[in-house]
This record gives sequence, structure tokens and C-alpha cells, in this order.
Amino acid sequence: MSIVVFVEDWNGAYKKASYEAVGYGKNWASMIGAKVIAVTSSEAPAAELASYGADHCIQISLGQTAMGIAGQLEALSADALGVVIAGTSLGRSVAPALAAIKESALSTNTISLPLGTSPLHVKRGAFSSKGIETIELSGASPIISFVPNSIGFENANGEGVMESQEIASTELLQVVGTEVASGKVALPEAEAVVSAGRGLKGPENWGMIEELAEVLGAATACSKPVSDVGWRPHSEHVGQTGIQVNPNLYIAIGISGAIQHLAGVSASKTIVVVNTDPEAPFFKAADYGIVGDAFEVVPKLVNALRAFKAAS
Amino acid sequence: MHSNLEANHNPTMNILVCISHVPDTTAKINFTADGTSLDPAGVQFVINPYDEFGLTKALHLKEAQGGSITVINVGPVTTEPTLRKALAIGADKAVRIDATPMDAITVAKELKNHIEANSYDVIICGQESIDYNGQQVPAMLAAMLRLPFANACVGLSIQNSTATATSEIDGGHATYEATLPMVIGGKKGLVEEKDLRIPNMRGIMSARTKPLEVVASSENGGLTYAVAFKKPAGKAEVKMVDADNVDELVRLLHEEAKAI
Ligand SMILES: Cc1cc2nc3c(=O)[nH]c(=O)nc-3n(C[C@H](O)[C@H](O)[C@H](O)COP(=O)(O)OP(=O)(O)OC[C@H]3O[C@@H](n4cnc5c(N)ncnc54)[C@H](O)[C@@H]3O)c2cc1C
Ligand SMILES: Nc1ncnc2c1ncn2[C@@H]1O[C@H](COP(=O)(O)O)[C@@H](O)[C@H]1O
Repeated sequence: MSIVVFVEDWNGAYKKASYEAVGYGKNWASMIGAKVIAVTSSEAPAAELASYGADHCIQISLGQTAMGIAGQLEALSADALGVVIAGTSLGRSVAPALAAIKESALSTNTISLPLGTSPLHVKRGAFSSKGIETIELSGASPIISFVPNSIGFENANGEGVMESQEIASTELLQVVGTEVASGKVALPEAEAVVSAGRGLKGPENWGMIEELAEVLGAATACSKPVSDVGWRPHSEHVGQTGIQVNPNLYIAIGISGAIQHLAGVSASKTIVVVNTDPEAPFFKAADYGIVGDAFEVVPKLVNALRAFKAAS
Repeated sequence: MHSNLEANHNPTMNILVCISHVPDTTAKINFTADGTSLDPAGVQFVINPYDEFGLTKALHLKEAQGGSITVINVGPVTTEPTLRKALAIGADKAVRIDATPMDAITVAKELKNHIEANSYDVIICGQESIDYNGQQVPAMLAAMLRLPFANACVGLSIQNSTATATSEIDGGHATYEATLPMVIGGKKGLVEEKDLRIPNMRGIMSARTKPLEVVASSENGGLTYAVAFKKPAGKAEVKMVDADNVDELVRLLHEEAKAI
């Protein structure tokens, strides 16, 4: 009687989304009287997972690719009542692969805890945040993959024991290289995002955007045309056809707020818009707005935030 | 002496591009009165934007190395204009599996049955359909077929029977090598925005005579089902802050929004 939770790490430390996943598992498990089994390749203390609700922690050497990991999770979740996987970039490949192997129902893009467990209902985002779907998952061992930062979690005290296991992974392709920008906040999981658009005029003007992001501990993002012309990398493009984000704070600078852009960012909890044009459609989707020139407002905002951080 | 291109010329390379048929990105979304499905009235449907990148990539592969491109959709007859458009853009052949699938696993099974009965060297899907935002079909398909899989794929090159694929991963990129066939979940980067093609008159004319095969569905049921759709709650009125008073914005973000 267990819920299995996939716990991802980042350079050995558990990802924030993984704590959220364990917390999700705990909530679900308590509705059905099950225990939470966390599966990780990290050797970080089990107590950290226990403090979010893990009853058992299993440490295995996880495969290098989504297919390899899905095979291992299948073995570990054979009798599980359910599986929880955070919708990180890895999780978004692992969850459907696992669902196919297990023939389990899957809800991706999930934005709520279970609304009920028999039948199992959750809410998920659809139509690029223009709709919210209540979905029913049937059959044994359903899988829930949630949008990071959409559930929230509570930290409690707990002691955990890590048990090591060995399960071979079958890899179907070979990883020949990875390159990861160090020290950068990953966009899909960021709690704050500073995003800029064509209003910035050129790539040489992103220094102040990066500064603002740094003060806030935020990830940087951009509108589609900005990445299309190569001012910023594709990986920063947010919106309907880019990355979808739902941070606590989204600051949009020099972005008009086209429907396709809003589709990827409107789930953000607080939206701030800086734009010279008071008629920019983005203001309709914003919580706070400043009509003004980015080149004046952003440096002032950086200073004001620095002063605020220094005082608090 | 052979040029590189000739040495790699592969007239038998079979490329499958999986296409989903979705509301245009500017469409206003409404749900039926009972709230259980999308109300298609007034909605224009298009090739899923992610699949446009995949289709263009397939054209590039074919142009460089030879081969043939099949586009496929699992859907009712109403998706045929979308398949015809893919033919007009340059695909050689279209297949529609006649079904109204309930969920991604059913779509993936239908596609799997077709792929097993035919032979493809590369199966190009999009990372995500912009309607239900599932991001499920490509990985499911790869897992069912036991084929190598690269998701969020922003680069693909093929030399003989080896594919090199680059994927976006959190905070960076990973590069994979695999022996064909393989499945990818592609996105912008696979080709660039400027590379996307729109059908020209010749393409539209020739699309009329290209084969569009309709195949009977081989699966039924499904594991998930939509209970209800709702629109998200509207936003409260925006609060405007003076450009000369950014301290006020910092205060509001801290005290009111609790965002910093
Ligand atoms: C199929 C499809 C998919 C798409 N998907 C996406 C997507 O995923 N994401 C996305 O972002 N877009 C997407 N788009 C594009 C979208 O329609 C818009 O064209 C795009 O979002 C506009 O980008 P922008 O706001 O940076 O530029 P613009 O629309 O040019 O707006 C620039 C804004 O900057 C303001 N400005 C100018 N100077 C200043 C200044 N000094 N200070 C402050 N503000 C200033 C202007 O008033 C204006 O509002 C898609 C389009 C299509 C057709
Ligand atoms: N009904 C369908 N028919 C054919 N291909 C599909 C269908 N649904 C999804 N796909 C493919 O799977 C990708 C991801 O879709 P999804 O898993 O629905 O987000 C799409 O970009 C298509 O390539």
C-alpha cells in the first residue's frame, strides 16, 4: 500500500520540485491510507525527504535517460497504488514512458491535489491556460505529474532511513554529452522570472534584465520574437509554443502581451508589467503595472530592490 | 569521388511525422454547455505549431538525403484539411487513423500499430499538442515500441543509420546518439522559425492528388477521461504604479502580493 514518488536531484541535492513531489505523495497517500516511498539516486540525507512526508527512501543508481529511469520505476512501483512525478524536463519524459510501460492512467500538467480518490480526480491546465480540466484517472496505479510550484508543500520534522537497492537500467540511446549553464535558475521551476521582449531593442540591453533577475534570484526569459532573432537562446522563450511558467512573480518588460505569450505565463501568481504603451494588452493580465521606459524603470527597480534586500 | 551528401543519400529513408490538429493559437476557447468538451464553433484548426517544426525538419532531411515523408493523424474526418495542408507543404503521403481518441495512451497505441505494420526510420512528433498540453504521446510511443527517444529535441542529424539528437534539459542541453529508428519530441530549434514553409499554389494543387489513406481504428477505451472543463477565474483590476515611484512597487510586492 504505497505511493511511489520519483525524487530528482541537482548535483546531488534534492530539487525543490522533488520536495513538492514528496509533499504531493504524502497528501495523496493520507487520503487512501498508504505510505510514501521516495526513489532517488541522490545520497543526500533521507531525513530531508522524510521531513516532507516520505515514509521510506530508496536509493538506486538511476539510469541516464528517461527510458532507463522509467524501466526502473516500473520495477519499483509494481504494487504501488499510485506514482507522483514532478513535471520537470526529465519528469515530463519519464512520466509518459512509465505510463505506457505500466499501462497506467496519467495526468500531466496537473495543478491540484486529488479532488477525490474514488474515482481519482485532479485538475490540470489545458488549452495553454485558457482552460482548466477536471480529469478522471481509472485503472490500477495511476500516475500524476504536476506542474512544479503549483501545489506548494509543508515542511515538518521527520527522520528517514535510506535503503540502497540495485536495479539495472536498460538504455536505448547513448548520452554523448551534456552542457549545463552553472548557477542558473531553471526556468520551469523558478519562483521568480524576469522576462523581456522586443521593447528592449537589442541583445546588448539585457545586462539590466540579468541584474534584476540576480537581485530577485529569478530566472530570465523572453518573448518568442526575441529568441527567433537570436537576441536570447531558444531555451528562454516562454509562451504557448515555448516554456510554460508559473512562478510566484513574473515581471514582463517591453512585452506587448500577445495572446500566445499570455498562454504560457498567465498562471503566474503575481504579474508585473513595465511598458511604454498604456494600451499594451499585457496590462489587462497584470496585477501591477508601470507605464514607463524600461531603460529608466529597470535600473531604478534594481536599486530599490537592492535597498529592500539590504534592509530586510 | 562521392560527395558527403551522395554517400549519405538514402532514397529509402522513411520519415513519419505525427501531426495533431489543434485550435489556432489566437483562438478564443469556449466549452460546450455541459462543460465536458471544447466547443469547436468559430474555432479555426491548424497543424500543431510543434509539428510544423517537425514537418519542416522532415523536408530538410529528405532534401539532403532522399527518402519519403508520411504524415499521420489519429482523429475523425474533420482533421483531413490539416493533413491536406501538410501534404501541400511537402509531405508525400498522409494517413488518418479513423478514431476519436479519448486519451494520449490510446493515440500512442494507434500510432504504434501503424508503425509496426510499416517501417519507419525516424518518427518525428512534437513535444506537445497545444490543445490538451499533454506532452505524452511521443514518450509513450517510444516506450511502447522500445525505441530510443529524445524529447524537447532542438537538433537532429542523421548519418546513415545513426542519429545524433540534441535535447533541452533543465538549465542546458544534452546530446544523444542512437541507432535508427528513433522517436523524437521536437520543438523550435529543430528548424528555425524562418525555415517554416507555407503551402504555395503548386503544393496545394499537388496535395489534391497525393494519397490520403484512411485506416480503421484498432483500439478502444482509454484510461483517463475529461469530467469537466472550466475557464480560469478572471484577474482583478491591475494596480498602476507611477514610474517615478518604484519603491511603492517594491512595497506592494512585499506587503500585498507577498511575492518578494
Ligand atoms: C503560432 C504562434 C505561436 C506563438 N507563440 C508565442 C510564444 O510562445 N511566446 C511569445 O512570446 N510569443 C508567441 N507568438 C508571438 C506573439 O504573437 C507576439 O508576436 C509576441 O509575443 C510579441 O513579442 P514582444 O511583446 O516581445 O514584441 P512586440 O509585440 O513588438 O512588443 C514590444 C512591446 O514593447 C513595448 N516597448 C517598446 N519600447 C519600450 C521601452 N523602451 N520600454 C518598455 N516597453 C517598451 C511596446 O510598447 C510593445 O508593447 C506566437 C505567434 C504565433 C503566430
Ligand atoms: N491525435 C494525434 N494524431 C497524431 N499525432 C498526435 C496526436 N496527438 C498527439 N500527437 C503527436 O504527439 C505530439 C505531442 O502531443 P501530446 O502528447 O498530445 O501533447 C504532437 O506534437 C504530435 O506529434
